[in-house]
Amino acid sequence: MSVDAPAKAIPKPREITTKPRVSDQIFRGVVTTFSFSALLILLLIAAFLLLQGFNTFREQGIGFITNFEWVTFTDENGVETANFGLQAMLVGTLVISALAVLIAVPLSVLTALFLTFYAPEKLKKYLVTIIDLMAAFPSILYGLWGFFVLMPMAVYWAKLINKWLGWIYIFDVPQPIFSRSPFIAGLVLTVMIIPIITSVAREVFSQTPLDRIQAAYALGATKWGMIRAVVLPFGAGGVVGGSMLGLGRAFGETVAVFSVLNIVFRSNFQILFTQGGNVASMIIQKWGEATPKEVGALMAAGLVLFFMTLIVNFIANQIVVRTVKSGR
Amino acid sequence: MSQAQISTATPTRPWTPTVKDRLMTSASVLLAVLSDVLIVQLTPMKGKIAYFFLFFILWFLIDSIFVYRSKGQKGVRDALAAKVTLFGGVIVVMVVASILWETIHRGLKGVNFKFFTTTLRETSLFDPIGSGGIAHAIVGTLMLIAIAIIFAVPMGILTALYLTEIKGKASGLIQFLVQAMSGVPSVVAGLFIYAAIILNTPLRSSAFLGGLALTILMVPTVTRTAQEVLNLVPRDLREAGLAMGATQWKTVALVVVPAARSGLITATILGVARIAGETAPLLFTVGVFDSYNFNPFKGDQGSLPTVVWRGLQGGTPESIQRAWSTILALLIVVLIMFVIARAFGTRQMKRK
Repeated sequence: MSVDAPAKAIPKPREITTKPRVSDQIFRGVVTTFSFSALLILLLIAAFLLLQGFNTFREQGIGFITNFEWVTFTDENGVETANFGLQAMLVGTLVISALAVLIAVPLSVLTALFLTFYAPEKLKKYLVTIIDLMAAFPSILYGLWGFFVLMPMAVYWAKLINKWLGWIYIFDVPQPIFSRSPFIAGLVLTVMIIPIITSVAREVFSQTPLDRIQAAYALGATKWGMIRAVVLPFGAGGVVGGSMLGLGRAFGETVAVFSVLNIVFRSNFQILFTQGGNVASMIIQKWGEATPKEVGALMAAGLVLFFMTLIVNFIANQIVVRTVKSGR
Repeated sequence: MSQAQISTATPTRPWTPTVKDRLMTSASVLLAVLSDVLIVQLTPMKGKIAYFFLFFILWFLIDSIFVYRSKGQKGVRDALAAKVTLFGGVIVVMVVASILWETIHRGLKGVNFKFFTTTLRETSLFDPIGSGGIAHAIVGTLMLIAIAIIFAVPMGILTALYLTEIKGKASGLIQFLVQAMSGVPSVVAGLFIYAAIILNTPLRSSAFLGGLALTILMVPTVTRTAQEVLNLVPRDLREAGLAMGATQWKTVALVVVPAARSGLITATILGVARIAGETAPLLFTVGVFDSYNFNPFKGDQGSLPTVVWRGLQGGTPESIQRAWSTILALLIVVLIMFVIARAFGTRQMKRK
């Protein structure tokens, strides 16, 4: 090759840039915008419920949380006076949900342990499907089942508990009426939150570092010894988080609880007696014949419920995420 | 001539149960069953529940004695733990079996051909089972689901794309918000649509508003499932697309999304299964209606969950029977969607 051949026109080097093309900019813009819809929806929920419930909060003040009466009264001049208090409903919600979590957690942890460490591979597949299916059942199905199938049985159990443990305050009843009690509502909620707690617990248990498991076996631990020394301490946080997720779900359950609970505006800790409260069910119950003023109060109650579930869910997720990360 | 005996150790499998072990296990189960029946017959305890619990207690005891003889105290604890976890699993399975059995058993009584082709327009709470059906409710539920899909699927999948493809600065925040949204109680979703739209605009309860309320409940499910399946798409595919000179938009549209297609369908179906049975939001936003209403923007609408709800509230044996039959129809819909979702889901897993 001769050196002095006519030099080819060297194309100007393309400018190297990290700036995305126009199509990419549009793509990113659209996707980012849509991804903020979650933020928008949550903000709108809080804003509109606050807007509609604002009058109630202003008129009732702190009494909205601490009073237990819920009465509206219209005198002959058409002036409406009202007294809205959520205390009984909040207490009822907490009692029922706590009961549900108390029963569901041991059952779920046992099931999760069985699925992760004991069940044969084939059985495990079916069981996981069954538990996932349980989470997909409509809540009204739980309500129907709770009312017609569980309640007759649960009333019998309640009588037994009352007979033998009636000397403890919470198992005592003022009158021997056992149907539609917080106990039964708690049992229905138990069934509904078992799949949530089980799947979280299973996920955390299966994240247990293998080296720690093998170390325990190498030191001569039995399977149970290994679970107690390695899996349970590791998974404890996840179980707590999962229980709180279940608690959040239990707070917001409406139709199922409404079907099996006798809603009375009085705080009641005697769980076997037919008298309970639940914020979500109360909203449904009062909705039908609510005056405009009462609608505002129901919106306010909805807002309280919204924040309750939001806070519980937030704490739960923090705990779960932290636990799962700690194994890596 | 003596050949040197070469002894080879035969491998043993100490963990597989021997005949003796199996005999012991069956013996303890058998003994437990026998004593269970005896005790329940001879004492005032009665009922299936008594049989069930007593069996487990007796089995724990009898088997513990057997295990103690061969493995000592630690072995007993180990065996006991295995049985107690089994006990938990059995209870959960029994609950599901009870729900399925009762629904099918009670629901089938009221199901006939007419049940799926007629409406409840001329049926009162006291009319016998033969009259009236849930055709209008099926139409209504399909309409609600369609509306929710139109809004929730793009929203959910685009949010998932943001979390998996763009991974922008707000990823943590969005992830948190999606989690928070999945905890929104269904009754609050209904109240919100009522507060925001029905109280502020001339729009009144209709299938459209119900679909909006269901969208709020569906988006988090779709997002989380879609995010999972998009994360399963191998990085290599994305890098190959970019290395070929495709823009990110082309890579996502022509490589990533097609690769995750069946998983995205799963996400949609799981979202639908989540909302198909929601009742509470519909009571605020859709109302109840006993005949066909083909206009999604105007007028109350019938739907399967609200028919069940009304049947339950009605309280007459006929209306309760209708509720069971309707919930059976709803359950079958949910089950079918669940099976389809699983089928698509496993296909994606295998292709990975």
